[in-house]
Amino acid sequence: MSTWDRFVDTFFNARVMAKYLPDILSGVVVTIELAVLIVASGLLAGLALALVRALAIRPLNWLIIFIVDLFRSLPPLVIIVLIYFGLPAAGLSPSGFVSTWIALGLVLMAFAEEIFWAGITSIPRGQWEAARSTGLGFGQTLLNVVLPQALRLTIPPLTNRTIAITKGTALGTVVAVTEILGQASSAVSNSYNPSPLMMGSAAYVVLFLPVVVAARWIETKFAWKR
Amino acid sequence: MARPIVEARGIHKHFGALHVLKGVDLEVAERELVFVIGPSGSGKSTLLRCLNRLEEPSSGSVVVDGIDMLDPKTDINRARQRIGMVFQSFNLYPHMTALGNVTLALRKVAGKSRVEAEALGRAALKRVGLADRAGHTPGQLSGGQQQRVAIARAIALEPRVMLFDEPTSALDPELVGSVLEVMCDLRESGMTMIVVSHEMGFARNAADRVIFMDHGLIVEQGPPVAIFENPSQERTRAFIGQIQRH
Ligand SMILES: Nc1ncnc2c1ncn2[C@@H]1O[C@H](COP(=O)(O)OP(=O)(O)OP(=O)(O)O)[C@@H](O)[C@H]1O
Ligand SMILES: [Mg+2]
Repeated sequence: MSTWDRFVDTFFNARVMAKYLPDILSGVVVTIELAVLIVASGLLAGLALALVRALAIRPLNWLIIFIVDLFRSLPPLVIIVLIYFGLPAAGLSPSGFVSTWIALGLVLMAFAEEIFWAGITSIPRGQWEAARSTGLGFGQTLLNVVLPQALRLTIPPLTNRTIAITKGTALGTVVAVTEILGQASSAVSNSYNPSPLMMGSAAYVVLFLPVVVAARWIETKFAWKR
Repeated sequence: MARPIVEARGIHKHFGALHVLKGVDLEVAERELVFVIGPSGSGKSTLLRCLNRLEEPSSGSVVVDGIDMLDPKTDINRARQRIGMVFQSFNLYPHMTALGNVTLALRKVAGKSRVEAEALGRAALKRVGLADRAGHTPGQLSGGQQQRVAIARAIALEPRVMLFDEPTSALDPELVGSVLEVMCDLRESGMTMIVVSHEMGFARNAADRVIFMDHGLIVEQGPPVAIFENPSQERTRAFIGQIQRH
């Protein structure tokens, strides 16, 4: 056996790959489910917090700022572990999947809130005044005038942050989530062969490269207008 | 004399330690055009903004078209519909077309259907000479055109009073005329107007009364000729002399 053959046999072993392909594919499905849930709930919750913050109710804003800063400073892995091992003490026992979803959703919420908030505050006061002077209420002005402009500004930083956090789904392995990395590493230990890890990497590239490319396109599209 | 349409009494405004309005009384009759001049920082913008409560006066009373603007029970959003405001920096909504700018409040505040609002919006744009620009966004319009869209946005709501805060100050000189023309038309149609501006020519032609403000007080007021040619107060004389030299 030549060195090359040995290399291929080790890292791209066809027999091992064929055997574990179904596992990796089911991991892909779990990763996609997890990512979609995190993005949807994280962005919605972040937007909701930013809108509440716009109401400028002092104690509420302090609370929001505290929550946001907390989840921005804790490592995501720590949050996952805390929820998974900590919540049972409070009588709840979320699965690894749910723990990862909640943890990364909270992290995305925190970053998204800051990004939305920065967008809202960057809209000139004159926009508010013009709208209010025509009789639009606070909420109407926020939704019809300020938010559409703010969202435009938030798209590039938001896509970046969203991608970074959804890649964190791989952290779910530590709480036994059967997403791509989890499937790949258990396949590696069952087969004594790293080929499944290669498949897992390929799956991540196939999954995230289009998202990254789309984000780049969105960024250039929104960066130049205005 | 009929009851004034704008009645502001004893308006004081503090910004922290800064006493910006020091007891201003202003009455404006229906169809009157009042022109307000004064040095920078004298409180002209603040006075206008107190009239539609964009700024909350520290004390005093403001009644517009019979509505007590400072009464907490007043539906301020309804009341503001009757008071159009035009800003120095236009403040058009950049993400909407000209027509979108003009129809937003018609739909959301006046409760018109989209079809009704668009008909009224197009009519308002026509009045300011921009019927053919309905589909343009602010970024595609000149400054003069943008300001005329802003005027259309205000008049579409059929206000009883229009407030102008330096409507031509941000414009290139060659674009000022088109905006002043629209304002003259508006005046001829009988609109009550309060105009803060440095356009003395416009004041001479169109104003019924000129008010000179300084340090948060009305120093002097009267017909344009009297204020411009023969002011009685030294401060007014100095200010008029200063701007006429420019
Ligand atoms: N929101 C605010 N907070 C604090 N100070 C303010 C505020 N708005 C206005 N001022 C101050 O109040 C004073 C009067 O301002 P105002 O804008 O009414 O003057 P003005 O006569 O319109 O001046 P200009 O000709 O420069 O527009 C100024 O000293 C200004 O700095
Ligand atoms: Mg001013």
